[in-house]
Parts: sequence; structure tokens; C-alpha cells
Amino acid sequence: MLECIPEGSVVHTTGKINPAKTCQPLGAMYAALGIHGCLPHSHGSQGCCAYHRMHLTRHFRDPVLASSSSFTEGASVFGGAANLKTSIKNVFAIYNPEIMAVHTTCLSETIGDDLPNIIKTAEIPEGKTVIHVNTPSYQGSHITGFSGMCKAMVSYLAQSDGTTKKSQMNVLPGFVNPGDMREIRRIVDLLGVKMIMFPDTSNVLDTPLTSKYQMYPEGGATVTEIRDAGNSEVTLALGSFASHDAANVLQDKCGVTGIPLKLPIGIKATDDFIMAIKDWFGVEIPASLTLERGQVVDTLIDTHFHYQGKRVAIFGDPDHMIALTEFLLAMGMVPVYVLTGTPGKAFETEIKKMLEDAGITGSRVKAEGDLFELQQWIKEAPVDLLIGTSYGKYIARAEDVPFVRFGFPILDRAVHPLMPVVGYRGCLRLIEQISNALLERRDRDCLDEDFELVL
Amino acid sequence: MAEIDGTIEEMLVPYPDLVKKNRKKHLVVKNEAAACCPQIEANTRTIPGIISQRGCAYAGCKGVVIGPIKDMITITHGPVGCGYYSWGTRRNKARADDTTPKDKIYSQLCFITDMQEPDIVFGGEKKLAKMIDEVVAAFHPRAINICATCPVGLIGDDINAVAKAAEERHGIQVLAYNCEGYKGVSQSAGHHIANNNLMEKVIGTGTERKAGRHVINLLGEYNIGGDGWELERILQEIGYAVNCVLTGDSSYLDIKNLHLADLNLVQCHRSINYIAEMMETKYGTPWLKVNFIGIDSTNQSLRQMARCFGDDELVKQTEVVIERETARIAPVLEQYSKMLKGKTAFAIVGGSRSHHYQYLLRDLGMEMIIAGYEFAHRDDYEGRQVIPTIKTDADSKNIPELHLVADEKMYQEAHIHLNMSKEKYDELKKAVPLNYYEGIYPNMKDGQVIIDDANHHEVEVLIRTAKPDLFLSGVRDKYIVHKMGVASKQLHAYDYSGPYAGYNGALNFARDVVNALTTPAWKLITPPWEKTEEPRSETHA
Repeated sequence: MLECIPEGSVVHTTGKINPAKTCQPLGAMYAALGIHGCLPHSHGSQGCCAYHRMHLTRHFRDPVLASSSSFTEGASVFGGAANLKTSIKNVFAIYNPEIMAVHTTCLSETIGDDLPNIIKTAEIPEGKTVIHVNTPSYQGSHITGFSGMCKAMVSYLAQSDGTTKKSQMNVLPGFVNPGDMREIRRIVDLLGVKMIMFPDTSNVLDTPLTSKYQMYPEGGATVTEIRDAGNSEVTLALGSFASHDAANVLQDKCGVTGIPLKLPIGIKATDDFIMAIKDWFGVEIPASLTLERGQVVDTLIDTHFHYQGKRVAIFGDPDHMIALTEFLLAMGMVPVYVLTGTPGKAFETEIKKMLEDAGITGSRVKAEGDLFELQQWIKEAPVDLLIGTSYGKYIARAEDVPFVRFGFPILDRAVHPLMPVVGYRGCLRLIEQISNALLERRDRDCLDEDFELVL
Repeated sequence: MAEIDGTIEEMLVPYPDLVKKNRKKHLVVKNEAAACCPQIEANTRTIPGIISQRGCAYAGCKGVVIGPIKDMITITHGPVGCGYYSWGTRRNKARADDTTPKDKIYSQLCFITDMQEPDIVFGGEKKLAKMIDEVVAAFHPRAINICATCPVGLIGDDINAVAKAAEERHGIQVLAYNCEGYKGVSQSAGHHIANNNLMEKVIGTGTERKAGRHVINLLGEYNIGGDGWELERILQEIGYAVNCVLTGDSSYLDIKNLHLADLNLVQCHRSINYIAEMMETKYGTPWLKVNFIGIDSTNQSLRQMARCFGDDELVKQTEVVIERETARIAPVLEQYSKMLKGKTAFAIVGGSRSHHYQYLLRDLGMEMIIAGYEFAHRDDYEGRQVIPTIKTDADSKNIPELHLVADEKMYQEAHIHLNMSKEKYDELKKAVPLNYYEGIYPNMKDGQVIIDDANHHEVEVLIRTAKPDLFLSGVRDKYIVHKMGVASKQLHAYDYSGPYAGYNGALNFARDVVNALTTPAWKLITPPWEKTEEPRSETHA
């Protein structure tokens, strides 16, 4: 596997080889799917839209609908205003969504289409909404695109009616799976707090098969709900890269206090999430959540010898990596390589601080990295475990490292979008996956006389 | 037919007038009573806002034609997305062979310049040149492709100049493809751009003819799920020397020698017909449209090929292999056919596949009642005789046409390529449709529907009303169709199965279709508490 990869150090300073990120529009499209009755719209050549739909569909194994401005060379030269106006007209006539969420592409950005003006002068049917975000592919990553669309939801839709804030909170869940969003809702329901979560792709990208197809499924935050987010007391923004910006805009625009948190992956980040709600609303923590937490601690103590002290390499989206690093440290593991494709020095600072606090030295931490580089590191000094997206499978095979799939995208395994990694339940799932991967390897590699029934 | 006409009318109802007028021209119902095929509008712009399945020129060039060449490093010049999405997603399998060792295969890697805002503002040429230098130093590839994405053309990066300078620095060929995504109206533009470059720069530069009496190329076969390997197995067993499969599991070295074959076989007409035609002009190489999807069609293609060489031994060996392979798989196929007989399918896929799979479905007792392509041209529907009548428009004009002439040294008459007299060749042409493709229309039956560039709304209506048993398309449609309670198979990625070509492929396809239609979960859709039957027992209230 990957015999062409050079041994020893090579100069790689330009471009990406085996990228660990993709472009902004994909994230914007995913976020838009978390609005109820929304048709995401890609303002560019139809290839972008086709690629994004394909990629999201492969991860979620559920329908992903989106339309395109279908630029041709003419539109690229003369501007895409006519294409977008025609699109808006046709989309509402034929596909009849409640709202169209437009994102740009490197094509429409390079020619400088002025989206706010085009939208202002478009024919939008009464009662329907069009929002937009600028997502040039030559900036940021799919995570910043997701963040941008969350911001657009706030800046276009959220409104404060100026009276006393309602006893309700907003949750910006970050670029996580519908199964994670469902779990966040379950925890918040147990705490008895009214929540507006946006975007929310549960019941959109994890829908049941009933033989009755709905182009716009039950799920997603409604436009009314997102509007009302401006009347909430507080916003919990999960993940600094995907959610903090939108919370800041909401705080500035509507005076809703934003509380920045990590993604609630791992025991400590979940504790922080629950404590933030307890502290703000003064709710009692139900015994069932205390029990769930206790089960995680119990499992960690019971299984620590499966993974404690193991060297692990992780890569993926920045908010996932930050929370996962914290959890791996709580498991007693040693994150030796932590890499994200998304740019942002804050990523390196935050991870390095956590490693330093845990007394771990010599780890490599990198934002805006790629998997070629990660593989070079692993060749130089091997690891016991690799955790990351499906693209890690090549490295895992080439370097013969046990591998746990985590994050986005996972294209070669099913069911994962329905199974949460957030919350205490998510901790159990991660512990199980990590333990199993290491134990499978031990069983595979050991001598017959060392092959044991009980581990 | 009246019934389907009604459905089509109903389908057009929600369309605004301009959309209705446009879409009507892309829909044809086969009428066997009519003398000839009606004109089908194809390869024209998708209307903005319509949820089409189409991709872009980059996808057709890099994703389809260029990407599978295993020993070339393909650098996507642009922001991160395009290279990323076309990385490892088309299932073009590749492995080492006599001339290409494992460490010269780059198929599982992704190279992109990852243009950032300053590159857009100040130009990305330097970055591209530097990346080429680094890649050459680290990997030592035999040759490099550079594929352009949308912003590259807009900002005016001269990738051809960068390629030329890099060739001089490194002494290897560096090919630049101006396949910006906005060119043309679909993937099809990219196929053409890729064909042009390979024809102009690579084909004809090699000198090593493969050993063997009957040397052939298989063009437009991308080895998805190992299709090309199954076909090579059959062809080699009959006695052909397979010079190159273009571009599935192909190498740069093989493509250089493409002109040193006696006959070109064309599997995917849409994506590769340009090279077939240009090689006919430049080298005199005859080409034959084949279809190795389906048993009868595979057998027919093999028999037509054998006739092309006028070699009795070859004809005999062809029959031996056909008889043995057909007999081998017949009993199993028959079992599957019993379960599939009378079932119906839609196929809306690609630019050639819908036609190919008509034959395999018929082998299994099924009928394709609705067929369509994403990015075909009129000739793929109506046959190549319409090519001279196709009007060029603003979009097609932007794709360069190479005007080649016969090569002074290497051109040979077709009959010499096939090692026969001119008279014999003229006779052969009457029996075998050399250098011709009839399109999908003649093979369709009365009342069956052709739909070009079908969109989400149309697919939804057609499935609701015509209720097929099986939907054959791509992954973007697959789960929509499942939600409607209809089985679906991906015909681009084969749902990660395959091969589907040749004899073993037919078995795999039949098995996969039977599984898709009969998987027990289809019977579990309605929960027992929603069933209206008699209660099973008294309640314990």
C-alpha cells in the first residue's frame, strides 16, 4: 500500500498532498440542510454542487438535495446575476422550499458577484426567504464554510423583539452528525430547558424509510425558531471553529449572551456543557445523567489498561480534535500527532496548552496540515493507534497501525451518523472503539500461547 | 403509450413556461411506428436552479479520463475542493504490471495546489511551478498532469507555460488541461479536453508494439470495480494482445504506444469517441463500438471483433471461449433470471451506460422502461449519422476541436491495420459496423421513454407514477429512491461491488440486483401496529 510514498524526509512546503480538509461550500451546504424546509443553493458551476451532494450523501447515506446556478463560460465572463435570479424563480416554482440558503463558490467569488444586491433585486415569493453566505473555496475549509452559514442564519434571521429575554437557550452544535444533535437534544430535554438548536440535521439526514418520500423532512430548525433565537437568554456555542462566530454575531445583534464551549465530546467537555446549563438556568441534574456519567468513569477505570500510555495520532476537524485530545488525555493516552487541515493558529495553541498541562512533551501539533505529512511523521516515529476520517485507512494499512474512524467524512462504514460521539453515551462508544481496535490488534499479532480468552 | 404521455404532461405542469418549453425537447417516447428517431435535445445548458445530476468539465477531464492513469501524478491547480472530491471516489482500480512497479503508482494519492486568496489575487503560477518541483524531487514520476479548476482560467494563470517550463527543468512530460469547471455544459466538455491533450501530446510518442498477432486497445473502459480486468481476461484467452485499456489501470507508457494497435474497441462512446475518431484520421486505425455489459452483447462484440481480423483460428477460439463461458454461467444466471423476469428498471446514468445495461437487463428478463443520460450528445441517443447536423452553440464552441490529418509516416489504411485486402475490408464493413455507433434509440421498445439530463423533480414524478422495480443511477439519487420504497443500484460505483462487465460481471450484477430487490427489510417497512390485519391475539387489558 502506498509504495510510492518516499522514505525519509522530503521537502513539502507547497500545496497539499492528501488533504485533511475540503472547501467552504460543502460546510455551508451541510449547515443549510439543518434548517427546516431549506434548499441549499450553490452559486457556481454545477460541478461544485454535484461534488458536495455526492460527498455528503456518501457520508450520511441519506438524500442531500441542493440546486445550482449552473454557470457556463458566459456567466463566468458576464457575471452570475441572471443565473441566480433565474435559479431563485425556478427553485420556488418547482421545488417550493420555505427558504433558499445560497452559498458562493470560488468561481462566483473570483468574478466578484455581489450576492446581497442580486438577492435584493430577485423575485422572491411572498413568505419565502433567501439567505446567503460568501464561501470562497480559497479561504478556510469546510468548517469555516459551516461557521459562515451559521452566521448567515443569525444575521439574516435572528431578531430580538426587544422585550425581556425568554427562558430558553440556543445551541449551535457545530459540524457534527445528526446522531450527535439528537443526543444533545436528549441531554437538554433531561435537563428540562427549552432549546433552539440550529442547524439541526436530525430528522433530515437520518430519516426513516417509510416509502413516503419527503423532499423536506420533518427535521431542521424552522425559520421561526431561528428568528426567535434572538429572544433567548443565552447561546451555547459548541466548538470554537464552527460555532463561536455565530454566537458572537447573535450577542452583538440581539444581546444574547454567548458562552463558548468545546464540542461535548469526552467526559470533561460533556461536564462543561451540562454545568453551563445548570449554572445559567439553575436546573437540577437528573439522576439519570449522573448515572450515565458514573458509567463512563466506571468503564474508564475498568478498561484503562487497554489503552493507557498508548501513542496515538489523530487528525480531523479542529473542534473535534480539540475535544478528542482532551478526552484521550483523560483516558491516559498520549496524543503524539494532532493534525487538522483547517487553518488557524489558535488550534495549535489550544492543543499544545492541553498537552503541556498533561505533562506531555515532544508531540507534533499542526493546523493546515495534510495526511502526507502525517504519514511522514508516523514513518519517522510510529504510533499505536490512528484516529481520523476514512482517508486515514491508507496510512493505517501502509504503516500497519490500528485505526478508529472518527469525524467527517466516513465513507467506508455505515451507521456512524446515527451513533453519537457526544455526551456520556458518546464517551462509551469512543472507549469501546478505541479498546476494540487495540485488542483486535493484540489478538491478531500475539503468539498462539499468548492468545487469551479474557482480556 | 398514452399512459406515459399523460405522466410526462403531468410532470411538466409545475414548470415555468421557459422551463417547460426547454424540458419538452429533452423527452422522447419511442414510437416504433415512426420511421426514424425524433431529434432529442442534448448537450445543452442545464437551466439554473434545476437540480440536475450533472457535474463539470473538471470532473470529466480529471475525474473520468485522466485520473485513472496510474503512473502519472495529477496535480489539481486550484482551491482544495475539486481535487479532494475526485480523490479515490471513482473506483478505478490499478495494480502493478510488467512495466509499472508498485512504487510508480499514484492512484491513491491526491495532489492539489490548494490556492489561497493571495494566489487568486496575484496569480498561482509560481505556486504551481514550485509544487511540481517538490513533487518531482519527492516522487520521481514518469510524467505529470495539471488540471485547471474554475478560478485558474478566470485569473489567467497560464498553466501551459508553467507546464512547458517544468518539462524543460525536469526532462519529463508535463501536460496541462484547461478543464475549468465552467467550460461546456457538463462533464462531457472535460472528456473532450482530455482526449485532445492525450491525442496531441502522448499518443504516438512510443515505439514499442506489444507482442502478439492481434493487438487491440480497449478505449473508454475505466476499470471501475475491476471491469477492465475481467475483459482483459476474456480477450487474452481468445488470443488478443491487449495493448492498452484507456484509461482504466493504464500507464503513461502504454498510452504512448496507443497507435501501435490494429484495432480500437470503444466501450464508453461518449467519453472517448474523440480519440477513436482522431486515431482513425491520423493513423488509419479502425474502431469498433463494443458492449461488454450483458452476455448476448459481450458475445456479439467478441464475434464482431473476431471477424475484423479475418483469422479463422481467432474466430474458432472466440467460439470456444463464448461457448465455455456462457455454459459456465448459464445455470446460475438462470436461477437469478427466474427471480427477475418481468421486472422493470429505470436507468439515468452517464453518457453510455444506460444503453449498455439495456442488454444485461434483457438477459435477465427485465426491461428498461425509462432510459436517460446525464451528459450525452445527440449521437449517443440517435446515432453518429446526426453528428454533421448538430449545431454548435456558444458552449460547445469553447471546446477546441483538433483538426488532424493523416500522419505522413504512421498512417496506414484500415485494411492494412487489419491485415486484409481492400476488397475484404469493404466486405467486412458491410457486416460489421466499423467506425460507427447507432445510439440507444434503435434498441428501445415502443412506449419506452428517453430523458436527457433528468432532474430531481422529473425523477420523483416518474418513480411515483411508473413505479419501476429497480432504479439505476448515481449515489445522489440512490437514497431518494430508497425512501420511496424502490430498490436502487449505483451504476457509477456499483455500490462498491463489481466487476459488472463480461461474464463474471453479469453474474455479479444479477446477484446484486436480486439482493437489492429481495433483501428482507423491504417487508419490514410497515410496523406491525400500523398493519390493518386482524389482531393476532386478545389484548390483556
